[in-house]
Amino acid sequence: MSDKKKSIFADKNIMIRALKDSFVKLDPRVQIKNPVMFMVYVSAILTLVLFVFALCGIKDAQPGFILAVSVILWLTVLFANFAEAIAEGRGKAQADTLRANRKDVTANKIPSPEKKDKILQVPSGNLVKGDIVYVRAGEQIPGDGEVIEGAASVDESAITGESAPVIRESGGDRSAVTGGTTVVSDWLVIRITSEPGESFLDKMIAMVEGAARKKTPNEIALQILLVALSIIFLLVTVALYSYSLFSAEQMERPNPTSVTALVALLICLAPTTIGALLSAIGIAGMSRLNQANVLAMSGRAIEAAGDVDILLLDKTGTITLGNRQADEFIPVDGNDKRELADAAQLASLADETPEGRSIVVLAKEEYGIRERNIGQMHAQFIPFTAKTRMSGVDYDGNEIRKGAADAIREYVVSRGGTFSSDCEDVVTTISTQGGTPLVVAKNGKVLGVIHLKDIVKHGVKEKFADLRKMGIKTIMITGDNPLTASAIAAEAGVDDFLAEATPEAKLSMIRDYQAHGHLVAMTGDGTNDAPALAQADVAVAMNTGTQAAKEAGNMVDLDSSPTKLIEIVKIGKQLLMTRGALTTFSIANDVAKYFAIIPALFVSLYPGLQALNIMNLHSAQSAIISAIIYNALIIVALIPLALKGVKYREVPASKMLSKNLLVYGLGGILVPFLAIKLIDVIIVALGIL
Amino acid sequence: MSNVVIQCVLYLVILVALGIPLGKYMGKVMNGEKVFLSKVLSPVEHGIYKLLHIDKDEDMTWKKYAVCTVVFSVIGFIFLLVMCLGQGILPLNPEKFGGQSWHLAFNTTSSFVTNTNWQAYSAENPSGGLSYFTQMLGLNVQNFVSAATGIAVLFALIRGFLRVKKKGLGNFYTDMTKIVLYILLPICLISAVVLVSQGVPQTFREYEEVDLLEPVTLEDGTVVTKEVIPLGPAASQIAIKQAGTNGGGFWGVNSAHPFENPTPLSNMFEMILLLLIPVGLCFTFGRNIKDMRQGRAIFIAMFLMLVVALGIVAFNEQAGTPKLAQNGAVDIAAGADQAGGNMEGKETRFGIATSSAWAAFTTAASNGSVNSMHDSYTPIGGMIPMLLMMLGEVVFGGTGCGLYGMIGFAILTVFIAGLMVGRTPEYLGKKIEPFEMKMAVLVCLATPIGILIGSGLACLLPATADSLNNPGAHGLSEVLYAYSSAGGNNGSAFAGFNANTPFLNVSIGLVMLFVRFLPMLATLAIAGSLVQKKKVAVSAGTLPTHNAMFIFLLVFIVLLVGALSFFPALALGPIAEFFQMIA
Repeated sequence: MSDKKKSIFADKNIMIRALKDSFVKLDPRVQIKNPVMFMVYVSAILTLVLFVFALCGIKDAQPGFILAVSVILWLTVLFANFAEAIAEGRGKAQADTLRANRKDVTANKIPSPEKKDKILQVPSGNLVKGDIVYVRAGEQIPGDGEVIEGAASVDESAITGESAPVIRESGGDRSAVTGGTTVVSDWLVIRITSEPGESFLDKMIAMVEGAARKKTPNEIALQILLVALSIIFLLVTVALYSYSLFSAEQMERPNPTSVTALVALLICLAPTTIGALLSAIGIAGMSRLNQANVLAMSGRAIEAAGDVDILLLDKTGTITLGNRQADEFIPVDGNDKRELADAAQLASLADETPEGRSIVVLAKEEYGIRERNIGQMHAQFIPFTAKTRMSGVDYDGNEIRKGAADAIREYVVSRGGTFSSDCEDVVTTISTQGGTPLVVAKNGKVLGVIHLKDIVKHGVKEKFADLRKMGIKTIMITGDNPLTASAIAAEAGVDDFLAEATPEAKLSMIRDYQAHGHLVAMTGDGTNDAPALAQADVAVAMNTGTQAAKEAGNMVDLDSSPTKLIEIVKIGKQLLMTRGALTTFSIANDVAKYFAIIPALFVSLYPGLQALNIMNLHSAQSAIISAIIYNALIIVALIPLALKGVKYREVPASKMLSKNLLVYGLGGILVPFLAIKLIDVIIVALGIL
Repeated sequence: MSNVVIQCVLYLVILVALGIPLGKYMGKVMNGEKVFLSKVLSPVEHGIYKLLHIDKDEDMTWKKYAVCTVVFSVIGFIFLLVMCLGQGILPLNPEKFGGQSWHLAFNTTSSFVTNTNWQAYSAENPSGGLSYFTQMLGLNVQNFVSAATGIAVLFALIRGFLRVKKKGLGNFYTDMTKIVLYILLPICLISAVVLVSQGVPQTFREYEEVDLLEPVTLEDGTVVTKEVIPLGPAASQIAIKQAGTNGGGFWGVNSAHPFENPTPLSNMFEMILLLLIPVGLCFTFGRNIKDMRQGRAIFIAMFLMLVVALGIVAFNEQAGTPKLAQNGAVDIAAGADQAGGNMEGKETRFGIATSSAWAAFTTAASNGSVNSMHDSYTPIGGMIPMLLMMLGEVVFGGTGCGLYGMIGFAILTVFIAGLMVGRTPEYLGKKIEPFEMKMAVLVCLATPIGILIGSGLACLLPATADSLNNPGAHGLSEVLYAYSSAGGNNGSAFAGFNANTPFLNVSIGLVMLFVRFLPMLATLAIAGSLVQKKKVAVSAGTLPTHNAMFIFLLVFIVLLVGALSFFPALALGPIAEFFQMIA
């Protein structure tokens, strides 16, 4: 996934391969998959045959003219091939890199985690689901699996492009490992979870290479439209031949149309621009997603991303800066503020959580209370447990505890103390402000409350407002209580929130939205997210997540970034917009092509039609040649747009439509008038015709 | 000119003013809500169900609905064909007409079953004419049921949009019964009485021979002193011919005949009537899908095209041609004493405005009745009616079928425009996927396909040239017009073109059947697929399908498909003729 910024055209290898592939793709079995371009292909062959006939004396038109038409049609086909090949280029290059990582390694197969010494060396390709392997530092992980024993740092750069190693350990949500990655330190015992040839890396190679690419429903629907238009234009040109014969007879003049001219007209009218670029657009969209380090399991998922109108965003990491931080010490019951800070710091010295550390820092910054060495104090650290829901420290017969209000209340009351209404008030105030109150008690007496605050990320509010303009609702998912959640939701400007979220609550929320006709996107990593991921329309699993989560999702985010969802939606929309814009452009072009060819063709029958020759083209032949040259060149000209996608802004649908219509609709009508005229002038000036 | 403008505006205002309440009424009827006629008609309706053993609660899938539609039409086809062929031995035939030739009978039958009402025959003509029996029990029955079938299919489609995750689209038999009983019969009953009051005959008496007030001497010297006045049960047929967008005249020259259209009042009445149901259905659509704005948007799109078309025709006819003006030697300006403009082929009783308005209305609605001869229009004045038919009769169009055709175009429009807003396309909350696309394409492109193939073949046949009334570019226009009329299920004719030949009868008949049933079945298929889908929620990211932008796009797509399909043909026909004329 390197070379992210580098333009695809600047990459010599990709260019050379694309040029070569343009010719390889002339195979009729490849061509027939794209009906519109297949028509051009057949026309190119037909004109070539007509040229040979013309040389033999059976003249449909002047041989030079037929040859010119034929050559341009062949070029049109090659340009279309090139568009597709270059779109595939980046993916193929990436697949090559990945394939290099997939090389067979020797795996240390062991019968069970207890018998690590009974190693049986087998090639990784022979491993099947359920096999157990032992991987030591420096060795490559031979296949996808789940860590069942041990913890190690693993270099996953081969897949994610991220050079910093990540921790993989048994149990919990960081137990999944991917074949092709390397253990940097320590060791792991892994149970293999994929059959040979079906590993994540295999799937990834197939996806980036486009081998597994199936036409998406929307692409198929568009293709139906394009084929239907092509059929109509085929009928139009055939019928025109008949009208032309009829009219010539009526006017008692020679028939002005030749088969070559009509074939040229057909190719001009057929939606060749979009036909040639359609698959390139799809591949490029997939490729853009890959560059964002997201791997879609199907093209369908990208399209669904464009349709999504509900985003379920995890609060932590997406909306707020990771963790809560201590903001203020609030003493209660007349206690001293400094005493509270001191006790809070002591209780947090051994607390390695970010919250704990922020308390230590705040006490130091505000009161100059220096960190003390807990070991020297003969103090005993009491870690947080799910049962007590408190942590703290015991030293010199003192007991300091900090924890959620209800946990401390229970603790204080059990020690015969009281939980004053003063304290109650402070707790409520903090909660309503969106903060988390952490109550500190010393020896059964409440000292005060620490205000832990969620820091909302800079710029998210504006981002969500933009999304709202586009009709996308953002919903914050958090484990916080409703009071805290609503305060953060208001600050961040999300449309709704789900507080005290459980996997079940998430699932039922998604179902509820879907029942009301919404399309929901979410990210998830844990095994318990799997049902919700499976239910969501766009489900992005974190690469750090469990195997179950990855399987339930339809995309994998290799960066495991919670904000990725917004980018995915953007890529999805851009893909669809590009498709629509180029279709509009392609169809709008036909207006000018008619004005170029029809008057020129029939002016000999009805001289008055010259009035319609508004481009004032030189002759019938120059008009036809100019139109098909334009038709071929516009494909090349639009390749960069097809690959990059049209410009995307977060505005309501109606605004987006008027802007795109202006650019691609009106532009599509005007551009060919100018371009065809220009080409006509050039070829006449060069004396070709 | 102001006279023309005032008349045209008046027609349009009355049309819309009547269409809106009718739309509401039709919506209520089809939803089974109570209307003011329920008291009288409800017992009749249920009596019919009982008599015919119709299970009125049956909810048909699209396939069943489609089978019913087709079988119903096939049975109607067979009955009518037998009548056309065998009317010689059937009763109510005072003029002793023999059966039609096989190809003419096929053409006539296809024409009336498909709501086209193209008339390759002339009812009062001894050769190929039709008896009162065939007209009343054959043609007129089809006038009712072919119109009702179109409306029924539209309602199946409406239910497809409205219902969520269901299978059924309603019941073909109860739909048909309701449409005929509550909508068509009451309108026609009133209309027939109005027409009779204006002097339209309604009688079984045989044709009368009367003395001419002034004997006429022909070129060869023979003196004609007598004329035959054709009669018949005309009023009842003219009422439905207009209301059901059928357009098949009781006599050959249709509503240009003084008995079919005796007075200015009858003319206005018939003209409004021919667009009334299609206009009303736009509002019914909005009401029944529970979003009035959507119906209004489609109405405005159609209305704009109608107004522009009417404007172009009226302008061109009033302006006349350089040939008519003879370098200023002839005064063709409108004045107090004369209509001016191009009056060839128009009734002096009606003049430019009324004839142009009728021409635009009748080709916009796939009606096809005429009160003037379109063949005699100026090149551009004649091209517009032709273009309206080529667009697939979606500018109001036939009862029901015009609107579902337009919805087909709306689907194409949302597909292209919808992608440009970055979403997979949806219309009225239902996603448009490959299946809908396939079917929508059939709905929209059947007309171009039918016209291009039919006219393309006809032009290749040497015999076609013999049918022409005029040579040159206008000759091609005549051929094009005939196939456009069939391809739009319109039925109006460029008078003068002799269409009663085996090839033309059969090919035109086939085109009519093709463009009627292919889009109809495709529409039902769309409905059947949509009805099973969930409804997508509306948000700011949804493409609005009720605003000015969408209306503009819809009109643009309709015109674009029409223009792309027919520009070459029109360039060699009316456009070439136009440039010849001004050269």
